[in-house]
Formats: sequence, structure tokens, C-alpha cells
Amino acid sequence: MSNGKVIAQLENITKDFDGVQILKPTNLSIYEGEFLTFLGPSGCGKTTTLRIIAGLETPTEGTVKLEGRDVTNLPPYKRNVNTVFQNYALFPNMNVFDNVAFGLVEKRLGKAEIREKVDAMLQLVQLGKMGKRKPNQLSGGQKQRVAIARALANDPKLLLLDEPLGALDLKLRKQMQLELKTLQKNLGITFVYVTHDQEEALTMSDRIIVMNNGRFEQIGTPREIYEHPQNKFVANFIGESNIFEASVVSETGAKGTLTLMMENGHVLAEGEGFKYDEIVYLCLRPENIEISTVSREGFTLKGFVRDHVYVGNIVKTVVELPNGKTVQVNRNPHGELITPGMLVNLFWDPKDAVVMHTREDYVYDAIEFAVLGK
Amino acid sequence: MSERSKIHRQGVWPIVFMLLVYLFLYMPILVVVVYSFNRNASNMTFQGFTLRWYSEVLHGSNLWANLFLSLKLALVATIISVVLGTLATIGTYRYEFRLKKYLNAMLYIPLVIPELVIGLASLAAFSRMGMKMGFGTLVFAHVTFCLPFVIITLRARIADFDRSLEEAAMDLGANEWRTLRRVTLPILAPGILAGAFMSITLSIDDVIISYFVSGADQLTFPIKIYGMVRGKISTQVYVISSILIFAVVLIWPAGMVIRAGHRRRHPE
Repeated sequence: MSNGKVIAQLENITKDFDGVQILKPTNLSIYEGEFLTFLGPSGCGKTTTLRIIAGLETPTEGTVKLEGRDVTNLPPYKRNVNTVFQNYALFPNMNVFDNVAFGLVEKRLGKAEIREKVDAMLQLVQLGKMGKRKPNQLSGGQKQRVAIARALANDPKLLLLDEPLGALDLKLRKQMQLELKTLQKNLGITFVYVTHDQEEALTMSDRIIVMNNGRFEQIGTPREIYEHPQNKFVANFIGESNIFEASVVSETGAKGTLTLMMENGHVLAEGEGFKYDEIVYLCLRPENIEISTVSREGFTLKGFVRDHVYVGNIVKTVVELPNGKTVQVNRNPHGELITPGMLVNLFWDPKDAVVMHTREDYVYDAIEFAVLGK
Repeated sequence: MSERSKIHRQGVWPIVFMLLVYLFLYMPILVVVVYSFNRNASNMTFQGFTLRWYSEVLHGSNLWANLFLSLKLALVATIISVVLGTLATIGTYRYEFRLKKYLNAMLYIPLVIPELVIGLASLAAFSRMGMKMGFGTLVFAHVTFCLPFVIITLRARIADFDRSLEEAAMDLGANEWRTLRRVTLPILAPGILAGAFMSITLSIDDVIISYFVSGADQLTFPIKIYGMVRGKISTQVYVISSILIFAVVLIWPAGMVIRAGHRRRHPE
């Protein structure tokens, strides 16, 4: 996807609002032609990061570079970057044609050239005959297309999209996701996308940045993010996860299989760089856990089946461990017959288990909570 | 449909009552118009139709000077109020500062203080500053009471304004000035226009404040009329009042047409 050429850089960017640092020191390189997504819950700083790239917000500290040039203090109208706003922000006093032509008029292009370009853009987003309409005569999906055409008409190096599909219904959203992705591939423009919808991020992106509390939790391809979450937040935020605390029983220097002790038994997992006796988080996707009346070597974890729901292609089963914690397991409905009340063994392929260091600040949080009660 | 049938069931009395209310409202105005065509100069009884007074007013009435002064005053005061008011509204909308709340509240004070007090205060202040009463002081005084109306009218409009429209304009390459011209002002235009109309009306209407701050040779139209009717109502007053009424009757539907056209272009 990326050919390695950096198009934009954030260097040690921070942002304070009213004395609160909502963006922690942040470094990022954005590559030409990639589809990069900022994913995180609301208030995590993803939109702020986007607005800093657009020039709509000035960072408190740090440098923004576009194509190697320092643009930190340049206003938005001096940056070759365009934005698709969350609520579309179409000019209500202009028709569709004039909306799309807005940036071209500012560039002082000739009338004929503007007409040609706008018509081409409206064709591109399949709104060829809508030029005379006013924004309030358009449906949500059509407004969205106008906003995209208006931004793309300026031939931006970088297109920023701030939750552009947030206001659309689910069906239209799915359709627009695919359209956007196709558009991005065909045009070869770098897209920087902001969303809180993990499925959307996984569907469209080349790279995802998971954000929380003004910090990058993990950067990676959708596959890396889903299969190898680096910390508890990412594991929880992307897809469904079972997260356990465990301690390392057998230490492995190189990459190998670890034996971990959980509260209710021993389990196996692959991981490297973990020390003997270290407390870790163990993360397992519901589809990767197997349950059976037969035990598996290396695993001594058992639990009672509490509940199971048949949902067509899978059976969602809830297993309760002796310490009261429940585990979500998604199983093939044609597998071994399991009924509520049965005592079962839980195990998994050690490759599918993700072992994570408990991050220091979580420990500090826990201490703070214990000491101060907040 | 149901609204209509309800009226039918209640019979004709509500309609009669409504007509009486309107008659009460419009009777005095009607009298003025009718008497402007009265052949009897004493105005006590109607003695037949004439256009003599109209021709008398049109040729060589001294009221025209006062009318033009009033119009000029309204225009100048409105232009100043609209420019200042628009800047103030956009400024207070866009920026947060410490005394904003109080500054906004203080706008309403000139609206609730009796005009008499404002008139007296203006006179006192202008004299203190050594200003000679005349057109300048009139403009000053009129701006002080027109400005709050412009701001309050415009503020209602700007409350719905979406800040991201300005951001979108800047994002698309328009600098601050171009953004103001191409996006902000066109969207606020109906509010600015409404404020301007209000300001013109208030300015032309004002007697009390103008009375204190106008010079002896700079009497506004309402003051001049007021002075004239203290003795007896001259036919001239009827004629000029009628002309004003005709003007309003013509301008008002024109304004409605313009607004309807605007709504068709920007249905919201």
C-alpha cells in the first residue's frame, strides 16, 4: 500500500485545552497513498489530531510537516490538505455546483476550467445531474458525496475525513465504506480517516491507529491490531475479548511457549520478552477458545457451562470459572454436544493467545485507586 | 380541514369581532388618509374631494427638508449600527472572554431605560463634551438605541450558525476575508437585513431622544410634525402622513415578496 514516501509528519505534537493535555506527545509519519484510520472512543483526541493536520487547530507544542515543509503555523487555506467534515458543512447559500466549485474559485481558475472540473467531480461521486440542487434538497448520502467531491476538487495531497459516515444509516454506511475505499484506491490519494467504529476501521484501512486518552495505543494493519493487540485497551476496544490476569511460571528467553498460572489453573501461550513471575494480561478472542469434556495437555483450566445461545453459524457459550469470572466462547454448532451445567476444560492453540505486559501506568492507577480510593 | 369546520360551527360572531378589532386598529389611519383629500381646510367636516393640499405640499412645503433629514439620519445611523452590530455579534459569537456575559446583558439596558432618560443623558453628555447639537449628535444618539436592536436581531440568526462552515471555507482555500464575504455574511444576510429594517424604522419613528439632541435648525420630521400639531392639525400633516402610509403600504408587500423569494432559494 505505502510506497514508503512520507507525505506528512507529526513531531512531538501536544495539545492542551484549558490546561488539560488532551493530546500526549505524539509522533507519526503518514505515507503517500495509504488509508490511515484514527480509531478510538469519543474524546480520545482523534479529531483533534486530524484538525491539527488540517490547520484548524494549532498544536501547543511540536511540528507539523507536509511534504517535508514545516506548516505548523500556516492557516488551513495555505495547506494542500482538504477535509470532509462530520456534518458535511455544505454551504447552504450555494447550490451543489457552487459548493464543489468553491475551492476552484478561490484558486482563480477560469470559468470553463471550473465547469469541466466540477462536472468531472460530480460524475465521480455519481451526482452528475444534481448541480442545481441546494444542499437541503439532498439526502444524507448525497450530501456526503458532495462534501467528498468538494474536497477532492482541489486535488489535495491528503484528504482528511472526520467521521464522514457517522450520520448515515447502517446500510448506506456499509455501501459508502466500500465506495470510499474504491475511490481512494483509484485516485491514489492519501486518506486520513477518523472513526469510533472499529468495524469501519477494520474494513477500510491500510493502517489503524488506536487512540485512547490522547495517546496512541497501537499502530498497525487491521490484522495486527485484531490478532495481536499490544495492550488491554486495544484488545477490549477491537472486537470481543476475554482478558485474564496471569503470572509467568516458566520463563522463555527466545520466542516460545510460556506456561502461565491463572487463578484457576495453568494454561499455555506463546510470547517473548516476559520474565519469570511477571504479572501479565492474557487475551483470547471468543472464537479461539475451545471447550471439551476431554482435557488438553498443558491446560488445567476448568469451568461450568452457564448458558449457550445458538446464533446460526456459531454457538455463543458462557463458561463460569470457579472464581466467578465468565468466559465468552464462540463454537462451531456441529462440534461436541455441550449443555449448561457441564464441567468443561478450556484450552486453545498457544499461538492464538496474546500475552501483554501490564503497563506501568495501569499499575500506578491501581495503586492510586487502592491508596486514594479514586 | 378541521380548523375550518370549527370556525363554521362557531358561527359569524368571531368574524364580526375580528373585523371590529381591525376597524379599531385602522380607523385612525383611514381618517388621516380621507382627510388629506378634504376640501375644507379647517378639517372639522369632510366637504368633498380635492388634491389641492397634495399639490401644495409637493410644491413649496417646508416639511420636505425635515423628511429628508429624517431619512438621511435613519440611513446613516442604520449603516453605522449595522456595521458595528454585525462586527460585535460575530466577535462575541466567535471569541470567549471574561466579561462576555455582562457585556451581553448590558445591551438590554438601553432598551428598558425610559427614552426620556436616554434623551436627557445624551443631551447632558454631549453638552459636557462641548458638542454642538445637530446632525452629528442626532446620529450619535440614534446609533446608541439602534445598535442593541441590530445586535439582538442578528444574534438570533447567528445562534444557528454552524462554525464548521467557516472552517470548511478556510479548508478550501479562502482566507479570513474571503470566508466572511462568501460564507459568513451571505448566511447572516437575512438577520442583518432584518436588523437594518428595524433600525431604520426606529430611527424615523423617534421623537423623544431626537427632541433633546437636535439643533434648532436640524429638526427631524417627527419633531417638526409634533411641533405643528400643537396648534392645529394642518392639512399638510395629513398629506405627508398619508404619503408615508402609502409608502409603507407599498414597501411592506415588496419586503414580503423579497423574503418569500429568499425562502424559496433557501428553504430552511
